[in-house]
Amino acid sequence: MGIRLLTNLVRFAVTYVIATVAVFFFMRAIPGDPAQIALGVNASPELLAKTRAEFGTDRPLIVQYFDWALGLPAGNFGTSYVTRQDISPLIIDRVQVSLILVVLAMLVALLIAVPFGTYAAVKHRNPSGIIISGVSQLGVAIPNFLAGILLVVVFAVGLGWLPANGWTPPGEDFGDFLARVFLPVLALASVQGAILTRYVRSAVMEVMSEDYLRTARSKGLGKLESLVKHGLRNASIPVLTVTSVQLAALIIGAVVIERVFVIPGLGSMLLDAVGNRDLLTVQSVVMVLVAITLIINLVVDVLYTILDPRIRKGA
Amino acid sequence: MAAEQVLVEKTRRKLSLTLIVGGSLVAVVVLAALVSFFWTPYNPVQAFPADRLQGSSAAHLMGTDRYGRDVFSGVLYGARITLLVGLVAVGIALVIGTPLGILAGMRGGITEEVTMRGADILLAFPALLVAIMFGAVFGASTLTAMLAIGIGSIPGFARVARSGTLQVMSTEYIMAAKASSQSGWRIARRHVMPNIVGMVVVQCSVSFAIAVLAEAALSFLGLGTPPPVPSWGRMLQESQQFLGTFPMLAVWPGAAIAVAVLGFTLLGDGLRDRFDPKLNGER
Amino acid sequence: MAKHAEAATLLEVKNLSIGTKTRTLVSDFNLSMAPGDRVGLIGESGSGKSITTSALMGLLPEGVTAQGSIQLAGYGGNLVEASDRELQKIRGKDMAMVFQEPLTALNPLMKVGPQVAEIMSSHKTVPSKAAARARAVQMLESVKLPDPERAARSYPHQLSGGQRQRAMLAMALANNPGLLLCDEPTTALDVTVQRQVLDLILESVTERGTGLLFITHDLSVVANVCDRVLVMNNGRVVEEGSTEEVFSNPQHPYTRGLLAASDLDATDAQGRLFTVASAAAYVPPSVREEPAPAERVPEEPVAAPPEPATVGEAEPAAQGEPSENPVISVADLHRIYPVSRSTLFGKPSEVHALRGVSFEVAAGQRFGVVGESGSGKSTLLRILAGLDQPSSGSVQVAGNQVSGAKERDLLQLRQQLQIVFQDPMGSLDPRMRVRDIIAEPLLAPGQKVDSAKLRKQVAEMLGAVGLPADAAERFPHQFSGGQRQRISIARALICEPRVLVADEPVSALDVSVRAQVLNLLSDLVDDYQLTLVFVSHDLGVVRYICDNVVVMNEGQIVESGTTEQIYENPQHEYTRTLVNSSMSLQNELALR
Repeated sequence: MGIRLLTNLVRFAVTYVIATVAVFFFMRAIPGDPAQIALGVNASPELLAKTRAEFGTDRPLIVQYFDWALGLPAGNFGTSYVTRQDISPLIIDRVQVSLILVVLAMLVALLIAVPFGTYAAVKHRNPSGIIISGVSQLGVAIPNFLAGILLVVVFAVGLGWLPANGWTPPGEDFGDFLARVFLPVLALASVQGAILTRYVRSAVMEVMSEDYLRTARSKGLGKLESLVKHGLRNASIPVLTVTSVQLAALIIGAVVIERVFVIPGLGSMLLDAVGNRDLLTVQSVVMVLVAITLIINLVVDVLYTILDPRIRKGA
Repeated sequence: MAAEQVLVEKTRRKLSLTLIVGGSLVAVVVLAALVSFFWTPYNPVQAFPADRLQGSSAAHLMGTDRYGRDVFSGVLYGARITLLVGLVAVGIALVIGTPLGILAGMRGGITEEVTMRGADILLAFPALLVAIMFGAVFGASTLTAMLAIGIGSIPGFARVARSGTLQVMSTEYIMAAKASSQSGWRIARRHVMPNIVGMVVVQCSVSFAIAVLAEAALSFLGLGTPPPVPSWGRMLQESQQFLGTFPMLAVWPGAAIAVAVLGFTLLGDGLRDRFDPKLNGER
Repeated sequence: MAKHAEAATLLEVKNLSIGTKTRTLVSDFNLSMAPGDRVGLIGESGSGKSITTSALMGLLPEGVTAQGSIQLAGYGGNLVEASDRELQKIRGKDMAMVFQEPLTALNPLMKVGPQVAEIMSSHKTVPSKAAARARAVQMLESVKLPDPERAARSYPHQLSGGQRQRAMLAMALANNPGLLLCDEPTTALDVTVQRQVLDLILESVTERGTGLLFITHDLSVVANVCDRVLVMNNGRVVEEGSTEEVFSNPQHPYTRGLLAASDLDATDAQGRLFTVASAAAYVPPSVREEPAPAERVPEEPVAAPPEPATVGEAEPAAQGEPSENPVISVADLHRIYPVSRSTLFGKPSEVHALRGVSFEVAAGQRFGVVGESGSGKSTLLRILAGLDQPSSGSVQVAGNQVSGAKERDLLQLRQQLQIVFQDPMGSLDPRMRVRDIIAEPLLAPGQKVDSAKLRKQVAEMLGAVGLPADAAERFPHQFSGGQRQRISIARALICEPRVLVADEPVSALDVSVRAQVLNLLSDLVDDYQLTLVFVSHDLGVVRYICDNVVVMNEGQIVESGTTEQIYENPQHEYTRTLVNSSMSLQNELALR
């Protein structure tokens, strides 16, 4: 187990470093002088030189890379060339908003998917089971921003029950936080829940055809009892795999939802930075998103080891 | 054993319904795109300020938007962009990902390790993220959208091709082929490719669905095809300010996206059941 | 047999029919068992024997239904009509089941002890959870698991195949059921383990007076375990009677055919194995022999030792002496595999698959390699075929040095050595036509291809293996297992090799087909003057077809010699165990 974890940590580190190289040098793919862009075409050479020194862009690219990449783990992202602000506190602020959104959405999605998916598998021949798989099939086809828009149309504009957009931090006014977070979370979770429902269903159906479930039945356990006692833990392994992939997708998917609901998360920050051609901010936010994805993979692998005794020995 | 066979046949018959529905929905989208080359009720780009924000009528099947552009014409035309982006993106991923996956599966060792680690790294960069980076560096365009989605879809193809190849390579007919000195290229061509083509076709359909979603998201964010060319995602985005008054402006392009995605997903599911009657959960 | 006198009935099945809406799978099945009876249910794949067992347990797959009546002692009504809730009370308590594949039949994520305890706690046959746990360990001890405490704490993957099946048995017997159903319980196990598990089952049911319904395709296993047999074919019981009766005087032609094809000790007038077609001339063993001595093998050869059929050129090399000009010579072969490639750290553990293997095979010999799983026989085969490289040692096949050879240098070897594989499903590319499959060895690099000549050669080979010429245009899935194995043989022989390596070529086949394929192989070896290397775990098959044998265990050759020497007078302890463990119909009947 220790060896497996160590191996994964090394893989994580290697992947992470390669990602920083790819992101940094891709962002520099188009030649351009950030100082010139920041100051405009009419800037004096002296001012340009001074600004370059201030940005550190007068140094060789490789030095700039190390400067940036080595600052990342410490949460030191540098100063934006465009806004001239330190990016770090902004990112740390925004990352909390995005994580709240994503984690809540994933929890709700799982709360939808596990019972419905299991039910649809157990009743896969009954109308009720077929209806659930049909609805989940449809849900998969709806992009989350469309779901968001439709939810706004119904609950905010039509019924007027909830605010259409905006954000209140949970520490500030918890009631308002809930009211504002409800629709975006629902938009993300409904689509995500539909996707996961399908996977839970197929995982449970796969497990239901396993020999050990027949053994459990031959011991005198009931259908549901044998599924709960012997099937669900086995089914949870493939579901975990999908959940980790979907969680990564959700983090990126939240970018769009933040746009729809005007939420000040990482996504909004990223899109604003793209609009401003604020390269340093873009590359830093991208790396944060990538790092979160990689950390999720790492955590999921530890969960595998806990769930499945067969891989504990690293064999 | 005989009983199992009967059951499998039954599922197969039932699931070919998904194939029909999926195929029909895809056909509708393709047809819309083809029709738009020859005919649209109005010029989708041309604004008729006098006719702005009308509901459905005989003259405007799906009404008009805030500039008085015909929504139905826009939806028809949007199918073109959707399919174009999907085709090119899936094409890129297919051409790069599949050979890499086959190579990794056949060679093993360092080749496999490097390819699959590469795929893992790419997996940390979903299409949307790549597109945002492209947009930041080069500015948004249809091309950047296609490239980004294509690159983002490569790992999927590489993984599917690799796992299929590994399955094939572990069979005894590959042992037999090797035992009669068939070259690696020949084994790839005669044995591996014909046996994994089904899985790859399924992956094409699934990736196409994902590409449609990603394209819609990109144009929704303004990172896809720039105006004035109509695209479903941007039509949706533009509808946002009229949600209170003209919600149908959001419904039409939204429905178009859903139809396309549903079509390709169902088609993929149907094909999977056709090629592999066992219920194959994706690992 | 005295138990028959008891009036009580354990199981009474009347007019049981099983089917789907569109098809009948089993019809008119009748069975009556007294407590302690041991009944064998024999049939080949597709005979309906497994689905019948499922029906008895009330565990038919969805869409399959049963009609008729099943009465079990301790339950008043008809099990066919009982609700699942009622059946739940019976399953695991009054009747229990052991399945074929113990690895998949046990929950991989649950420790063995709790899995055994569960059957007791769910039926409340023990007062508490702690009692169930303690009793589970007792049960594991009673099935002779070496360290029952530890076994209880282990996950299924930490036990060996035989140990897992013992655990399954412990589970099934935990509530002391009146009836134990065993569905091919030893088919997935090694020969030596099979014997131990069978002995254990027999001992356990005798001790407890448990009724046993034993489902198998293997007649010698039935002869070992059961007093009464039912023979099923195509969903019907074609014959029923005491084991002696049925095996000595089979009434139904199918039974006779099955018996004849299973009996590898008997050959027809031409020295060939009996097939279903030639079974009329077959004389069952118990009629053929005087009662054999009650001791197990090694025994004196009672019947004429089964001479390998039509020994073409009587090889002087059959004495085990290396001949002047060996076709294959292997010297001090080692193969070490690194395992656990997925981790970067830690010592890479190694598997020593071959540890110093040396032997020679003379031209025209029929050379058997016998071993159980993990013996290294598959590795040896791969190295012989140039598909794997040894870590050290030398291998020469037909004048080609295999070890250290580059792919280019192996071309020659591969024209000289071809393989027939085990799995009739997996050894033929499902997407290729039979014509292309058979012709493949001719398409090696550097060979000129003349398509007309190719077609002619393929047609010839199809004829040689007894398949119609139009088979060439069809795909593998359109053929049965035996036919596919014929295609596999045709592919191996088309480039006229000197050496044919057969890797368990009949172990995946039904008995009735097995004899046909073995006869074919034997004929072809003569016709094409091949040197045969026959790799198998099945001693009976090797004994029939080979003249020289090496026995492998844990990567080493523990014994080698002529077939007769090895079988009649095994020297090494492992060989003795192996010979004693392997079952032949003749011996099992003799021992009854």
